[in-house]
Amino acid sequence: MIHATLHAYVALSAALFAIGLLGVLIRRNTLVVFMCLELMLVASTLGLVAFSRFNGTDDGNVFVFFILTVAAAEVAVGLAIIVALFRKRQTIQVDELNTLKH
Amino acid sequence: MAQFLFNLFAAFTLVCALGVVVNKNAVNAAMCLLLALVGVAGLFVALNAYLLAFLLLLVYAGAVVALFLFIIMLLDTKGEQRPGLKHASLVARLFAAALVGAGLLSFFARSRLPEPALGPASAAVGAELKLYAYQLFTTYLLPVQVIGFLLLAAMLGVIVISKKLDAAEDAP
Repeated sequence: MIHATLHAYVALSAALFAIGLLGVLIRRNTLVVFMCLELMLVASTLGLVAFSRFNGTDDGNVFVFFILTVAAAEVAVGLAIIVALFRKRQTIQVDELNTLKH
Repeated sequence: MAQFLFNLFAAFTLVCALGVVVNKNAVNAAMCLLLALVGVAGLFVALNAYLLAFLLLLVYAGAVVALFLFIIMLLDTKGEQRPGLKHASLVARLFAAALVGAGLLSFFARSRLPEPALGPASAAVGAELKLYAYQLFTTYLLPVQVIGFLLLAAMLGVIVISKKLDAAEDAP
């Protein structure tokens, strides 16, 4: 059985991370930016799992556990902040949230 | 066969991830995120991380994306308006995109990762679960405690964030 190489997995992880970063850079909707952040987190976990599998250890997999937990907490807090922001400003477009700029 | 499955899931994941970035509609973007996560879970299965694939689907697809959809529906924002980009921000975005592209290109063109031989596949699924539990409660006991504290702090934080504004709005 021919397996994909470690290089392929890491390249895929990097590409996924780059797509997420691109989304964070070019999108205006705060919710979509947040989704792209989640995409970047998942990309990093893919790299961790691949390294862990190819090195025959379990440490990377355990770390993915922690990343999942932190991501869940982050989503809860982030979405609460976005909702609070929307209540205050009636918008979630990044361009209009510029209080700190002026 | 394994190679074919990798290609399939990799292409699927990348296409869906691009869908998240290019979709105008936030609901469609969330759906694309869901599909991309399913693709990543498939890759986890290909890497013999069955438990993690299951957890990814459970936590991300089950909870996180549902939460996202819930908030999108709650806020009910109209589609993204597109005012003209400011010059500086356009330049900065192009520059950042070029940097990311250059990094990826150099990675694909020149990187040489060592190719370790694939170890033997792990034992039955139950045994794997036991291994995780053993590691979590011996080697990684302190991180588990810290994560528990983090979850508590996040929960309290969310309650405070949601509550404070209510009080401020109710005040005359």
